[in-house]
Amino acid sequence: MNVNYDVLGLIFASMHDENVDELAKKRTMGSIPFGGRYRLVDFPLSNMVNSGVSEVGVITKSNYGSLLDHLGSGRAWDLARKQGGLHLLPPYSQTDSGQYKGRIDAINKVGSFLEHSNAKYVICSDCDIVTTIDFSNVIKQHVESEADITCVYGKCLYDYEKNSTTTILELDEENRVTDVLYQPSFSGECNICLNMFVMSMDFLKTVAADGVSRGCYSLTRHVLQDKKHNYKIMGYEHKGFFTKVDSVQNYYKANRMLLDTEKRNALFTKDMPIYTKVGDNGPAKYGIEASVKNSLIADGCIIEGTVENSILFRGVKVGKGTVVKDSVILQGTEIGNNCNVVSVITDKNVVISNGKNSTGSETYPLYISKNAKI
Amino acid sequence: MYSKKKCVAMLLAGGQGSRLYALTKNVAKPAVPYGGKYRLIDFPLSNCTNSGIDTVGVLTQYQPLVLNEYIGNGQPWDLDRMNGGVHVLPPYETQAGASWYEGTANAIYQNMRFIERYDPEYVVVLGGDHIYKMDYSKMVDFHIANNADCTISVIDVPKSEASRFGIMICDEGNKVVDFVEKPKEPKSTLASMGIYVFSWNKLRKYLIENEEDANAKRERGESWSKDFGKDIITSMLANNERLFAYEFEGYWKDVGTLDSLWDANMDLLNPVNPLDLYNPNWKIYSRNENMPPQYIGENANIENSMISEGSNVDGTVDFSVIFAGVTIEPGATVKYSIVMPGTVIKSGAVVEYAIVGEGCVIEGGARIGKDPASFPDRDEWGIAVVGHNVKVSGNKVVEPKQIIADNI
Repeated sequence: MNVNYDVLGLIFASMHDENVDELAKKRTMGSIPFGGRYRLVDFPLSNMVNSGVSEVGVITKSNYGSLLDHLGSGRAWDLARKQGGLHLLPPYSQTDSGQYKGRIDAINKVGSFLEHSNAKYVICSDCDIVTTIDFSNVIKQHVESEADITCVYGKCLYDYEKNSTTTILELDEENRVTDVLYQPSFSGECNICLNMFVMSMDFLKTVAADGVSRGCYSLTRHVLQDKKHNYKIMGYEHKGFFTKVDSVQNYYKANRMLLDTEKRNALFTKDMPIYTKVGDNGPAKYGIEASVKNSLIADGCIIEGTVENSILFRGVKVGKGTVVKDSVILQGTEIGNNCNVVSVITDKNVVISNGKNSTGSETYPLYISKNAKI
Repeated sequence: MYSKKKCVAMLLAGGQGSRLYALTKNVAKPAVPYGGKYRLIDFPLSNCTNSGIDTVGVLTQYQPLVLNEYIGNGQPWDLDRMNGGVHVLPPYETQAGASWYEGTANAIYQNMRFIERYDPEYVVVLGGDHIYKMDYSKMVDFHIANNADCTISVIDVPKSEASRFGIMICDEGNKVVDFVEKPKEPKSTLASMGIYVFSWNKLRKYLIENEEDANAKRERGESWSKDFGKDIITSMLANNERLFAYEFEGYWKDVGTLDSLWDANMDLLNPVNPLDLYNPNWKIYSRNENMPPQYIGENANIENSMISEGSNVDGTVDFSVIFAGVTIEPGATVKYSIVMPGTVIKSGAVVEYAIVGEGCVIEGGARIGKDPASFPDRDEWGIAVVGHNVKVSGNKVVEPKQIIADNI
């Protein structure tokens, strides 16, 4: 698909913040760092741009400082445009400002942004799914099937104890949604809704207005579940690699999945690159005693010790005699000499002093909060 | 409307860089990759931005495609400005005819209109092929404090190397009394770094005079030139203008030859290297491709090296600089080498003391370069070089000092 003024992208940057409490304490879901140099919003945003969408609105709720800083004018995604481009949609001051009650409420509150768009179709996406997907195929199916709503889903194992805020779709042979379950209490392979939806602009506006007038703000509960017989709701199966960030444990797992070459190659393709804000760091530097195995290392890292099975974000320092294993080390973390860091997530700019040890476990990694000094 | 600028920088980027041979076959020298993720021109452009100079003319002539594309609108260096910014200035045609740039002074002469739009007090003239971090604003302050007409940045070089440079002879007050290009018996060790600050009214006058003078000589069939060091500086000295030497202390490297390009990269791996690429207050900016972080595999063995984004390393890398998007397969060995963007070193290949250009494929079994220890006569040894987009087949050997520009 080439330049397409017919489709508008709408990203919900603050949905599901509560699932990753610690990480989203001072940021939105969308601005959670991921994969060494990205933030979660980079995935839906790049997917939209790579699918030919040139007008995107990003809806936020609170704590959006880091998101604003990251997105800037949208230049990194080629969205600093006169026609279309990137629009940040923070909540504006109304009596209940700062709190969207659900996607429907949020859509209604950005009504004037939608009014100004000439787009015929809208792609809605949250930021909790890490994947590479060509939305133009979803739009194509949506138009051809004459659906009211098309939900993107993927097949994977669902575990009600380990996953949260998960919507599961039941489909007939024609991929029409017959039932919608929200966080059901069973486990097994399911059609997991990837929280990406395609609707026509007119339908979206109608649904939003209707929802607000009835006080029904949840897209999942009040539209997908309650109206499944009234509307034609279709599923679109995304067969590519995806992973859902719905808990700190799953965040840890999702990052470490990138060490699998097959999954990494599925996420980072030549045709659909993931764009992000440039950091202008120097290349990663490996010292004379460095030993690095099976790890993803971002630019600006200076490694003097041992790193195994880990993700190091930009500008991380690992001192001499230090061992970092099975860990996710966010931007700017400094780990001194002779430390032992195993199964740990350090948030940004953590300092671990010489000789200190920090150990979590594979199932429950130790999370060290932003700017902490150990 | 163009608002007045105190300072405009003119960057001479037209050089062919013929002594870089295969590496500058299709690219201008300032676009040659350096230091894992940079190109040479990133240094003067970043220095400009960091020094508060926001108007830069880049004079291009030789193989400008890659360079033009790289500079683009100047955004990576924060030089996409409403007023000023970076402008690529190739030679152009006028009613009087078209002409190539006939020397460094002529290149600026032909672009006097560009400079005059900004009505500057000072013009900073820069080269595009040196590695250094320098605050040009301090040099301009020095120029102003001395009430100078021209200030030339100099660096103290070892006496044994002085005859390779343009040498300034100064009095105690840093006033230049003489300038000799590559003297056999140097009287001083202050080498010109090819960085000049001129008061624009003076430079303008000398550019016009040099142009008229050289053209007259050409008509008379005499030898002529339109060069900064040779003509402008020499005539300014002859006319007793105020020329001052500004002594620079810090890392500065001319990368005019393959050996010096290799050396300059190796310098980055020296733990006491004074060129700090990690200082957040003086970043060197570059145009980045969108690549994921580098992946280091299970079989990798990396020591004392620099590696950039998008690379996939599963082999042995020792004392090397690896650029973005390079693949080094398990069982491949890269030592004391520079591997430029997008190159693939296959399993079983050995690359030592070499420069491998962009987009190359080195097949398993190929051998590029050799350890100098195996050469009793060190003069017979040198860096092995593989040019851009070259494929080296499995059984081939590229000997030290050999330069390959085509598939073998």
